[in-house]
Amino acid sequence: MLDSQAPMISVRNMWKVFGANPEQIIGNPDADLTRQELRAKTGNTIAVRDVSFDVAPGEVFVVMGLSGSGKSTLVRCMTRLIEPTRGELRFEGEDILQVDEKRLRELRKTRFSMVFQHFGLLPHRKVIDNVAYSLEINGVGKSERHSRANEVIELVGLQGYGQAYPEQLSGGMQQRVGLARALAVDPQVLFLDEPFSALDPLIRRDMQAEVIRLHHQLGKTMVFITHDLAEAVKLGDRIAIMRDGAVVQIGTPEELVAKPADDYVANFVRDFPKSQVLTLRWIARPPAIGEDMNGPILPPTITVNNATRQIVESNLPIRVMENGNLLGVVTSQDVLNVISGSEL
Amino acid sequence: MELKTRRFRRGTALLLAVSAMTFAFPAALPAQAAAKCGTVNLADNAWVGYEADLAVVSYVLKNSLGCKVVVKNLSEEVSWQGFPTGQVDAILENWGHADLATKYITQQKAAVDLGSTGNNGIIGWYVVPWMVAKYPDITNWKNLNKYASLFKTSESGSQGAFLDGDPSYVTNDAAIVKNLKLNYKVIFTGSEAALITSYRAAQAQKKPAIGYFYEPQWFLAEVPLVHIKLPAWTQGCDADPKTVACDYPPYPLNKVASAKFMNSGSPAATVIKNFKWTNADQNSVAKSLAVGKMKDDAAAKIWVTAHPAIVKQWLGN
Amino acid sequence: MSTTLLSRPSNESKPAEKKRSKLGFRLSILTCVFLFFAILLRGIATLPLDTSSLTPFQNWLNSVSDWIGNNRTSNPIFTFFINIIRDSINSFVTGIQYVISQPIGNNSAPLIGWFGIVVLLSFVAYAVANIRIAILVASGLVALGLLGFWQESMDTLALTLAAVVLALIVGIPLGICAGLFPRFEKLITPLLDFAQVMPTFVYLTPVTLFFLIGPASATIVTLVYALPPALRITAVALHEVPWSSVEAAISMGSTRMQALRKVQLPQAKRTIVVGINQTIMAALSMVTIAALIDAPGLGKVVIRALESLDIGSSFQAGLGIVILAVVLDRTTTAAASKVDAEMTLAISHKRHRQILIAGGVLSFVAIIFSRIFTWAGNFPGTGFIGSDIAKYTDNATNWFQAHFVNYTDGITNAVSYGLINPLQSILTNSPWFVTGIAFVGLGIIFGGKKLGIISSVCVLGIVGTGLWSDTMATLASTLVAAILTVAIGIIFGVWIGRSKRADRIIRPILDAGQVLPAFVYLVPFLGLFGATRFTAILAAIVYAAPASIKLMADGIAGVPATITEAGIAAGSSKWQMIIKVQLPSARRALALSTNQGIIYVLAMVVVGGLVGAGGLGYLVVAGFAQISLTGKGLAAGLAIVLLGIMLDRITQAIAARSTLQGNK
Repeated sequence: MLDSQAPMISVRNMWKVFGANPEQIIGNPDADLTRQELRAKTGNTIAVRDVSFDVAPGEVFVVMGLSGSGKSTLVRCMTRLIEPTRGELRFEGEDILQVDEKRLRELRKTRFSMVFQHFGLLPHRKVIDNVAYSLEINGVGKSERHSRANEVIELVGLQGYGQAYPEQLSGGMQQRVGLARALAVDPQVLFLDEPFSALDPLIRRDMQAEVIRLHHQLGKTMVFITHDLAEAVKLGDRIAIMRDGAVVQIGTPEELVAKPADDYVANFVRDFPKSQVLTLRWIARPPAIGEDMNGPILPPTITVNNATRQIVESNLPIRVMENGNLLGVVTSQDVLNVISGSEL
Repeated sequence: MELKTRRFRRGTALLLAVSAMTFAFPAALPAQAAAKCGTVNLADNAWVGYEADLAVVSYVLKNSLGCKVVVKNLSEEVSWQGFPTGQVDAILENWGHADLATKYITQQKAAVDLGSTGNNGIIGWYVVPWMVAKYPDITNWKNLNKYASLFKTSESGSQGAFLDGDPSYVTNDAAIVKNLKLNYKVIFTGSEAALITSYRAAQAQKKPAIGYFYEPQWFLAEVPLVHIKLPAWTQGCDADPKTVACDYPPYPLNKVASAKFMNSGSPAATVIKNFKWTNADQNSVAKSLAVGKMKDDAAAKIWVTAHPAIVKQWLGN
Repeated sequence: MSTTLLSRPSNESKPAEKKRSKLGFRLSILTCVFLFFAILLRGIATLPLDTSSLTPFQNWLNSVSDWIGNNRTSNPIFTFFINIIRDSINSFVTGIQYVISQPIGNNSAPLIGWFGIVVLLSFVAYAVANIRIAILVASGLVALGLLGFWQESMDTLALTLAAVVLALIVGIPLGICAGLFPRFEKLITPLLDFAQVMPTFVYLTPVTLFFLIGPASATIVTLVYALPPALRITAVALHEVPWSSVEAAISMGSTRMQALRKVQLPQAKRTIVVGINQTIMAALSMVTIAALIDAPGLGKVVIRALESLDIGSSFQAGLGIVILAVVLDRTTTAAASKVDAEMTLAISHKRHRQILIAGGVLSFVAIIFSRIFTWAGNFPGTGFIGSDIAKYTDNATNWFQAHFVNYTDGITNAVSYGLINPLQSILTNSPWFVTGIAFVGLGIIFGGKKLGIISSVCVLGIVGTGLWSDTMATLASTLVAAILTVAIGIIFGVWIGRSKRADRIIRPILDAGQVLPAFVYLVPFLGLFGATRFTAILAAIVYAAPASIKLMADGIAGVPATITEAGIAAGSSKWQMIIKVQLPSARRALALSTNQGIIYVLAMVVVGGLVGAGGLGYLVVAGFAQISLTGKGLAAGLAIVLLGIMLDRITQAIAARSTLQGNK
């Protein structure tokens, strides 16, 4: 997809161990103990375990895992809200773990911003002053920062609420303030830490649509943390699945659904409606001997869901072609298998 | 936020302006009598007899010499502390305190003994008067064990309760009880107020009460406690606090002043040095204060008006 | 954060039940073993000490205090450091006095006369709170004048203000440090405990040794007691700020200072104002005790009235202190809730500002008036209602004494023979190591090894002061007072917690009980109950019960509605509701109110020493009064602190335990 470009963020062999003498755990046989055993033995907890990945410019990179899997710690390590125990972290090639406090603050002020699960709004400030906060600490003058804040407030659909206090807004609106605040400095990367898990399902859906819209409109790189597979699939260009601090698998949604790396991931995706994710590429099979090869042609990138109608209505097997090459055929029986879950 | 800070700033400015103007404004209130002898710092210890001395001396200093009298409510020990620092000029009624006298008069030479106030202090054992009427022989210490069971209370267990007073007064009572083999237990009432209240209630309700007390004391005018005779005091019989088995010595009460004050040439120093009166004098003023609830100056005025000759003596005329 | 990783076992209730029955088992074993050895080894190693005898440690303390007295004028620590502090505090206090209470030079009134002060303070109350509070302030201040104590009240106010301002200047920054750096907080917590439990009497003499007699000493004595709440509550206020908003600010590139200034402090403001309120109340509670070292004001009136057993006058002055306390308390409380309101409600700033300017002008005119006209300078009259109040109080006390004195002996004897004597006899007659080990055992049972260590340090420390036997006597009275306090706390707490109307009527009385100086009611109590330990216990209860009642009432009122509704739905009667639903649900409040009950009772141990309680309290009083006993008084104060810390930690551990169980 975007692999050809230099990565925006690059994480290499990152570890975070909580407790006393964290360095000693890494590379020690203790590191292989289970969480309970390690805690009982040394009092340490490994929250992030040897994690490496790249995030490409403009990509929405989702980190997914159950609670306690280390995903929130990971995202905090990436902004150094928590100092990683070991590893390398590069942002556009700059070694972030080596920069001093001042440079780090500069980066935070201008390059990346963060949206939090519980919003983290300042209750004593009006919406507009919440949004303008980072401009304020950047030393931007009052009228300038207010006009910029108003623009962003409008962008997230909160026009007219600038003078309200956070407590007077609903949860969804408060998170819009959180988004606006993060966008106010026009950052290159947005880190979103389970931003919608505290919201009602309906509002969550609206907010997800909002993120997609903003992503299309602004093209920001995003690192999105969630425990909800549907959300991950809906938003993510690529998804990293975490378990006990380690990344189990990284891939596009369809890769995860089609080829789970282990039982853990398989279990995870089992109940997920695969037809929403899988493209014809994944279900096309070599034609059987004597199969009619005159059916309609479809590209491999179309999802099963979107192709279902044409496949079912066709009496002949569908040919999946890419650049003039035949990748395979699909019949309505194959689609049924995917939908009913017996395939893969 | 912004708005508020500005508001506060404006408020501060206003306040500053107000205070600046009040300072600048000419004071139009009537002035007090001009001071001639300056300021005299008198300690005020926690008993009414002292209060009486203080009332009369202050009254004379203020009205005859135009001094400004500053009264400092202090415990006895803390009053002595005030001599070397110049915070206390005089103590008007001192009860003994040989240790403090050694420290501040002999060693530090910060204070001077100004001699007797004319009052004689008696410290000793007393019993409520209704009991003397009923058990006349109780005033002899040898009979005390006979009556010990009468004095039993919830505090004393199987023994009789002997009431001790304000902890400022150094008492030998526990040793006396022990060495005279008396079947009593010393109960620390903890304050003069507690002690007096105990005697007052006992007399009113015809309950037994025995304990430590002293004269001159205004309360004796209300309830004439009866002095119990202990083995008579002889020089040195109370030298070792552990083996005391005799009565308390008589206390000639004296005045103590700071050396600095005495050398200052203040006319007030003369008055305090000459101040001398009788137990009856003190009791009459003390009673006006404690029972009559008069203000210091009012009580002092009555006595001063009635005794112009004595006051004249104090003033050194 | 999702880094809390410990998965909890699913069947939690069973082990908890087991734990609880195990606790009961351990407690009964401990009690039996203690009683067995206490009786077996009766009279051995009880460490008694005569009142006039001194241990080497106590003698050493004496020599320390002598050294201070002798070196004050020569040692550079004094001439360069302490004397400078003293002089600055002195001029600060006298400066305030010249503005509000003491005439300067040839004037007969201070810089601002009474009329100016009433208008100015009412205006300030309006600015920080609301119009109702402004009216309360105005009427409260006028009432002080009518009582005949205008100048004394202003002296008290000046001293309180000075101490509070200093406490805040020192306490808030330190509190912020404690809130930001947990290590610092851990370091100073024991010091704060020490300052709050140490009886003031103990350091009256040392403070005068260091800072001499005068406003500086009085201010410092008050400061020592008023500083801890300012510091602690500031730290708590910072802890209360949601971490998420701090994290958000840091993620946006704020510096530590910016996060503190723009995020943490604004959100902590309300709680810090509550801390100011507590600081003021603590300072006011020292008014009478500071008067013992010549602090000017109402406290002096109380002390002097006590000398001649003048109940009426002491009540009259006590009432003045209560009025001041109510005025200051209500103003700061209202200011705190206004901070809240300002956070969320957009108040019309323009109109508000106009009113403020008008009020400022009005105050200014009033101040000018108070400097021109005699009637506005010195409060006219000599107390229109004061003497009447004194007279009625005297009459009421006399009537009460005359009518109830026949019953009071019975009560005194019942409590003394029934509770105090047996308990004191067990505690003072059993060997110190038996009782000591029992304490350590209690610590281990409730708080594990750490509390066991704390308890043993306290026990050994008490033995080290040489006052074990006196400590045990004090402990007996303290326990009896605490038991009665908690009983009263439960009865009234349940009543108030269940009825809003009772709450409205009783709460002001409780407030008054907490601020009325004990000296005011000691004399009537003495008249009724004699110079006994029971009188001391009664005084302690008057002081401690309000806190206990309030905590219980809040606990009962705070029982979640779903629980009470479930109880009602199950058809419980009123008593079943109280006993089976509300009290068990408020278990944590019960434990806390026990804890506070004990701490408050301990604070009154010294006052108890003034009315016949003996024990440590008497030694502290004696140490203040007699130079030869100074060291012993200091040691007794130390013993009170050690006992207090031990009892506090154990009861806190019990409270923490009931929280864990309560959450299930």
